[in-house]
Amino acid sequence: MTARRKDRPVTARGNPGTRRACAALVGAVALALAATGCAGGADPSADGDGVRGPVTVFAAASLTESFTRLGAEFEAAHPGTTVTFSFAGSSALATQVNQGAPADVFAAASPATMRTVTDAGNADGPPVVFARNQLVIAVPQGNPRSVAGLADLTRPGTKVALCAPQVPCGAAARTALDAAGVPLTPVTLEQDVKGALSKLRLGEVDAALVYRTDAAASEVDAVEFPESAGAVNDYPIVVLRQAGNPAAAREFVAYVRSDRGRAALTAAGFQPPRA
Amino acid sequence: MPVALFVPAGLGLIFLVLPLAGLLARAPWATLPQRLAAPGVLTALRLSLLTATVATLVCVVLGVPLAWLLARVEFPGRRLVRALVTVPLVLPPVVGGVALLLVFGRRGLLGGWLDATFGITLPFTTAGVVLAEAFVAMPFLVIAVEGALRGADVRYEEAAATLGAGRWTTFTHVTLPLVAPGVAAGAMLCWARALGEFGATITFAGNFPGRTQTMPLAVYLALETDLEAAIVLSLVLLTVSVAILAGLRDKWTAGP
Repeated sequence: MTARRKDRPVTARGNPGTRRACAALVGAVALALAATGCAGGADPSADGDGVRGPVTVFAAASLTESFTRLGAEFEAAHPGTTVTFSFAGSSALATQVNQGAPADVFAAASPATMRTVTDAGNADGPPVVFARNQLVIAVPQGNPRSVAGLADLTRPGTKVALCAPQVPCGAAARTALDAAGVPLTPVTLEQDVKGALSKLRLGEVDAALVYRTDAAASEVDAVEFPESAGAVNDYPIVVLRQAGNPAAAREFVAYVRSDRGRAALTAAGFQPPRA
Repeated sequence: MPVALFVPAGLGLIFLVLPLAGLLARAPWATLPQRLAAPGVLTALRLSLLTATVATLVCVVLGVPLAWLLARVEFPGRRLVRALVTVPLVLPPVVGGVALLLVFGRRGLLGGWLDATFGITLPFTTAGVVLAEAFVAMPFLVIAVEGALRGADVRYEEAAATLGAGRWTTFTHVTLPLVAPGVAAGAMLCWARALGEFGATITFAGNFPGRTQTMPLAVYLALETDLEAAIVLSLVLLTVSVAILAGLRDKWTAGP
């Protein structure tokens, strides 16, 4: 649903208006090669890598919590940079990127979605996988129906929400259900993982198949099931060809893949990429 | 011929029609027949037409009397009631869907009672789609009909009353024929709004092919994977609805 998606970019911290103005000023100043900082306290010589200015990151909705944190840490590590996020469904973001949206970095929730951007020639170099996410069965707190696995979801009177097969979490759910040989008929195929979760939190369904990270960020219980191992989603990230600030964009991608980035992602429930 | 009117009128028309041109320009004309024959397109179209029509009927049955109440009956708090009628216009549809769930959902104010007493559950059903569409579309009908009633000459109704007609007879034989064009226009607006409904529907009724997946929901999901499929679905919805609306308009309002 449109209103739930965060199409409007949000800054990682601070007043959006002044930060954006500040970012624009920093960009202009950097362009003019003037050695002056906008934050006042920031010493331009503090970061020797010359990375500064605004970075716009388009990231899958499931990265909202972890990337917002990473963005703030990145800004602290690189004074003079401002990270702006647009979180939405990966596919919607890919469409926006391919229509020329002014983004520097794109992080998707599935390689298939990333492929639509690379196929259109909008990626600067090959994407790299930085995290993996796995499905869990989200149930109301306390697990009132004692759901222990996928088979329990087919019990009569049990209402289940899945994601639509067109979005990554729905494709993963289909794979897992097929692997388990469970003939599950959901009551709804939601347009994104947050939609499935909100149906559960409103009490309209008894269970939903969502990512472990989304369940962890919400007040629901998560039931792990073995078949989800066969339907793990890789999260790729890439610097975009249309990037206005490619140096800072590359630095941000490196930060996401660094040990500190990995720690933030693991804390949110992601798994590290396969070595 | 005042140019001062023609220039903004022309700009307004271009502004409204230009996005349609964008859709037409990007439409995959070569693969159109295969895409139209894809499974699910007809199902979603049929469901959309059915639910929008039933929702419009519900709106007419409930909305015309409501408009009459607002236009013809003096009662304390009428201004407040009129403002309340427009709430669904102001409410973002997604919020409207959540609000409907809080009332008619499984744990809603009335939902639990409806289920326990009559065995009726509305979320995730076709009836739920009708409910969501009627909720969002009814204000369009009420406002149009109320406007028509206010514009109609009350003296005809008074004359009927003088000649011995009861209130019901006056309403059905004098008032309704008098405002028929207004009711028709309101019903068309209502139907068009119901047909395009997305947010309240997906929030309240969910998305399941053949049961609650209307055309706007199908378009949104097609957009996730295939821009061209989404454009085709949009064009189908547009063509069918414009054809029906244009046809009815000539018939009902006898306009030029």
